[in-house]
Amino acid sequence: MAGMGIAIGGSSVILAVLLICFYLLYEVAPLFSSASIDLEASYSMPAEDQGESLYLTTEEQAEVGMRVASNGSIVFFSVADGSVIDTVKNLRTEKVTAFAVESDTSHLMAFGYEDGKALIVKHDYRISYPDGKRKITPVVEYPYGEDAIDVADFAIKKLTLRDGSDAMTMAAIGDNSSAITKVTKEVNFITEEVELSEQSEPLPFVADVASMLLSGDQRYLYVATRSGAMSEFDLRDFDNIALKDEMSLFNGDAKLVSMTYLLGKSSIMVADSSGRVSQWFNVRNDATNEEKLTFIRDVKQPVALVDLAMEQRRKGFATLDERGLVAIYNATSTRQVIDEKLSDNTARLISFAPRANGLLLEDSKGLHFYHVDNEHPEVSWSSLWGKVWYEGYQEPTYTWQSSAANNDFEPKYSLMPLAFGTLKAAFYAMLMAVPLAICGAIYTAYFMAPALRRKIKPVIELMEALPTVILGFLAGLFFAPFLEENLAATFSILVVLPVGILIFAYLWSRLPQQIRWLVPDGWQPLVLIPVVVFLAWFCLALSPIIELNFFGGNIRGWITHDLGITFDQRNALVVGFAMGFAVIPTIFSITEDAIFSVPKALTQGSLALGATYWQTMTRVVLPTASPGIFSAIMIGMGRAVGETMIVLMATGNTPIMDANIFEGMRTLAANLAVEVPESEVGSSHYRILFLAAFVLFIFTFIVNTIAETVRQHLRKKYGSL
Amino acid sequence: MKMKKKSVSEWVKSGDPWVWLNAGAVAISVIMVLGLLLLIAVRGLGHFWPADVVESHYALPGESEYNIVAERVESLEVPAAQLREAGIDIPDNHQLMQRTLMKTGNRDVYGSDFRWVIDEYITNTQRPDMLFTAERREWGNLYGYLKAVKEDGQITSQTTDLTPTDSALATWAVFEASIERAAGIYDQIHDIEKGDIGKINYALERIRLKQRRLELEDKLTPAAEADLAVERSQYDEEYKGLQQSLIDLYQAFNRDTFVVQVMDGSEHEMPVAKIVHAYRANAMNVGQKMSFYFTKLWEFLSDEPREANTEGGVFPAIFGTVMMVLLMTVLVTPFGVVAAVYLREYASQGWVTRIIRIAVNNLAGVPSIVYGVFGLGFFIYFLGSGIDQAFFPEALPSPTFGTGGLMWASITLALLTVPVVIVATEEGLSRIPRNVREGSLALGATKAETLWRVVLPMASPAIMTGVILAVARAAGEVAPLMLVGVVKLAPSLPLDGNYPFIHLDQKFMHLGFHIYDVGFQSPNVEAARPLVYATAFLLVLVIALLNLSAVTIRNHLREKYKSLEM
Repeated sequence: MAGMGIAIGGSSVILAVLLICFYLLYEVAPLFSSASIDLEASYSMPAEDQGESLYLTTEEQAEVGMRVASNGSIVFFSVADGSVIDTVKNLRTEKVTAFAVESDTSHLMAFGYEDGKALIVKHDYRISYPDGKRKITPVVEYPYGEDAIDVADFAIKKLTLRDGSDAMTMAAIGDNSSAITKVTKEVNFITEEVELSEQSEPLPFVADVASMLLSGDQRYLYVATRSGAMSEFDLRDFDNIALKDEMSLFNGDAKLVSMTYLLGKSSIMVADSSGRVSQWFNVRNDATNEEKLTFIRDVKQPVALVDLAMEQRRKGFATLDERGLVAIYNATSTRQVIDEKLSDNTARLISFAPRANGLLLEDSKGLHFYHVDNEHPEVSWSSLWGKVWYEGYQEPTYTWQSSAANNDFEPKYSLMPLAFGTLKAAFYAMLMAVPLAICGAIYTAYFMAPALRRKIKPVIELMEALPTVILGFLAGLFFAPFLEENLAATFSILVVLPVGILIFAYLWSRLPQQIRWLVPDGWQPLVLIPVVVFLAWFCLALSPIIELNFFGGNIRGWITHDLGITFDQRNALVVGFAMGFAVIPTIFSITEDAIFSVPKALTQGSLALGATYWQTMTRVVLPTASPGIFSAIMIGMGRAVGETMIVLMATGNTPIMDANIFEGMRTLAANLAVEVPESEVGSSHYRILFLAAFVLFIFTFIVNTIAETVRQHLRKKYGSL
Repeated sequence: MKMKKKSVSEWVKSGDPWVWLNAGAVAISVIMVLGLLLLIAVRGLGHFWPADVVESHYALPGESEYNIVAERVESLEVPAAQLREAGIDIPDNHQLMQRTLMKTGNRDVYGSDFRWVIDEYITNTQRPDMLFTAERREWGNLYGYLKAVKEDGQITSQTTDLTPTDSALATWAVFEASIERAAGIYDQIHDIEKGDIGKINYALERIRLKQRRLELEDKLTPAAEADLAVERSQYDEEYKGLQQSLIDLYQAFNRDTFVVQVMDGSEHEMPVAKIVHAYRANAMNVGQKMSFYFTKLWEFLSDEPREANTEGGVFPAIFGTVMMVLLMTVLVTPFGVVAAVYLREYASQGWVTRIIRIAVNNLAGVPSIVYGVFGLGFFIYFLGSGIDQAFFPEALPSPTFGTGGLMWASITLALLTVPVVIVATEEGLSRIPRNVREGSLALGATKAETLWRVVLPMASPAIMTGVILAVARAAGEVAPLMLVGVVKLAPSLPLDGNYPFIHLDQKFMHLGFHIYDVGFQSPNVEAARPLVYATAFLLVLVIALLNLSAVTIRNHLREKYKSLEM
């Protein structure tokens, strides 16, 4: 019975411990699982008599769908079964010759007519709860009035519009002329009513236009021809519209299929008949300080594309090609999350539900609604570890920036700066800790008098018990400003200490025996303590003088101006010292054990053969103990990599990739402490943070296992001696 | 042994320089440890000493002279060039200048607590006896001369003297009496607000939850509702009574004001109620300073924090740390010991146990933040929200266990420290001589009896060592706690007089997090710094004591078994 109980208790503890590993994996796994798409409903075209669709969309809940028919009617239908909820006839009887959508999210659309006028329409949804059940009522509104706006004196063939808080711009192209109209909104400060004023200007004509786009700030107009020639017009001087730039969107004899903005209106996505979708955005050139629309990346399907749909909340898009195959991508990670043939008939249009959890597809048989399960498209191996060209950046970079104030922000999830910061911090810490700890351990284990060793060892091991929050606090609030004030002293200490100790040792050997015998062998550190204190004080006292004579009185200024190195107060040097301090006892005590357990027979044999103590040390003891020392360094490294509080407090926590010792960093561990409490459960950000935790877990686990195995091996070897 | 003096090359050849360098590494390490402890101790303990307040004239070259009243904080030597860059007109013959940080206090009057002065331009420094320091409930310290004390706007005592004349001392005595009176009323107000009203609010909240629960279960009959209403009205009545007495107390509390003359000579009238302590450090002798020092030290240990944690005490943080560590110990000890016993005594010693042992060993090296992430994801978001759905639906959407709290923090830290206990216990078990076990079995005891009566008692010091090391580690660990339930300011202690007395779901304060929070997140880091040092010293002290006791127990254990290993 007792045996059973203990077995159950014991193994459950061990299971609990293993649970950590599996739970982390369980949270990470969805990141890399692929998306799925399943048919939910299929029905014939609602209100088929109105004609094919020009545009398809759904409202927020994906319960009510909307299509704009080719005759200008707006048809609302139930997404679940295709039953028509409402058909709103076009207000005007003139023939609709052009149609444009402002954006999926603004719900704003425009019809262009054969008489050169345009009507702005908005579809909206009222939610009410009669009998406690949600009811969605679609409505059509005319935010710029029910009278059409004069845009041109020709039949409009292509139309585009952009709405803003204080102006709305529309560009129209006819058979052989084009025009642009700006409607300025001004709030009358007495009546508080919005007054509209229109201004129309002719636009340089471009023939064979396939698509037009107005930039989000209404400053530029992009006009693309069917063969992929793109002209960019500068609208800032509205009376004097000039051609700013011309470029070719694609080569060969492909034809333009669609050109739209990705979420955030900074990337233009261009789909063509060769099956390629390319992403373009403005990149600032530092030399000329001008922005130029630049090709960023592309994805490809083997056959011609038919339609392109954008996600409304993420930087994702879907393509529909001639085969009826739908592929969903994420622009940032360039990841194709799904690739599935959905229609055997002639497919015409696709559209995402606002939450990107549904997809509407129109083909010659009617409408089909699919449920899309696509949780983490923005994460891919290349977006986590590779360089990515983010919107607004001049070149591909490694960047970690998980959140921002606006919704259309492009999350930047590169783990590289964090991994780099982690290794940088660990490197500087090891640089400080390894020499001190190993030299100290050599002396303590081999040269030190046993009586002193019994005292010194606990003192150094006490360091290990010091909470790292205290080290971090001292590093951030005491050491960082101290170091900044005494930079010269800090660097001179690095040189003066070893040299000073050597000089002292030489002088000591010249002293008369009576004095030397006062300190027996193995007690040297006690003599050295005052020496080291004196040397450190000496450097500190000398610091202002060095600074004055060599660095013009301001070493910090000298570093920033003369060397051109950025200097942060909380930098890698501070972290190196503080974390080195935390790591020293770990390395020290394992190394000390390894050296101390080298069998005495070996050393005595060496000494008997006439080797000096130091020769015995370097030729016999160290080689024998080297696996132990290796494992000590590994374990120390593991500790430095996972340390959180010190880096959190002693660095600026900026995720930069720069090996500069005078700049800070952000480590994986500190990043977890900062961001985990604020991330939304189940989001990509949350799972990436779990991935970071998993990486840390695995890294330290592997490092420790290697170290442990080496140590076990070593122990076995000595056992036989 | 006769030694000849060696030449440099012989000396190098002998390897002595390297030995000395290694000795230097030991010396440096020791200096660093002791220096760090000394730094924390001096800065932390020095904070409570009533510092002298100096009054001096200060005039930068080319600027008009003004009066400065302040405590000295620290001094630095800086190159004059740096100061010139900052726009101070310093004569060319100076290269290095001594600069001092002065705490001038009176943040409400001057906007900041501190200013840097250059020692060279300080003249006429005095330590006037009548200069007083007042610690206030807000706005930090006040330095100045007392001019008058008023009661309901009527002057009860006043003086024009800045020296310890009879009239000045008499006014001071009235002032001290008034502070003492206000402090008494403050305690009463505090008792009512925190104690009585807190209790009523808690009871009302329980009634609300009860009602919601009945509603969810469709058992909210009009009778039950009426019962709850009666109960509620009783509390409301009680609350009204307390409210009235609070109003009276506040009126009495705010009765007195005083007039103070600050360093620029202007006079300000302030309520006495805002003052915690007032003392004339310059007039105190060593004995008085000592007694003041210990009062302050006690206040630090026993009081609640004030002013966004930058002043006052750390009692809730001490209490939270202790509670969390105790709970963790209760969890970690049985589980750790059972796991160790299983590994050492019951499991067959094959490659599986070897792998498990390596895994357990390595878990001690897994970064603590990973445990925090695990605790947040698994315990809080997964288990916690499950518990809320099942047992506390009435409180939703506000989470009960679905958010960080004492229980989750303790469990997370128990998981973090369980390897320490397992390793230490296993070591203890392996030290027990085989013949002791065999003796017990030979006398007819079963394996379980042997374990319970012989093996475990003998291993108990090792278990203790493991537990103490676990406690020491848990007490100093901050990173995982930041994710699973520590807050900068908890409204109430996790243990109080309200049913069910221990509030496992409550968030708590922690010494380590207090250091991080006050040192790095507080709006006035400079003013808070001494308090952070004091907190750090307290934490180091606790952990050093725990570690030392672990070492002592370990040594004791070794001694004990020496006699057995015959």
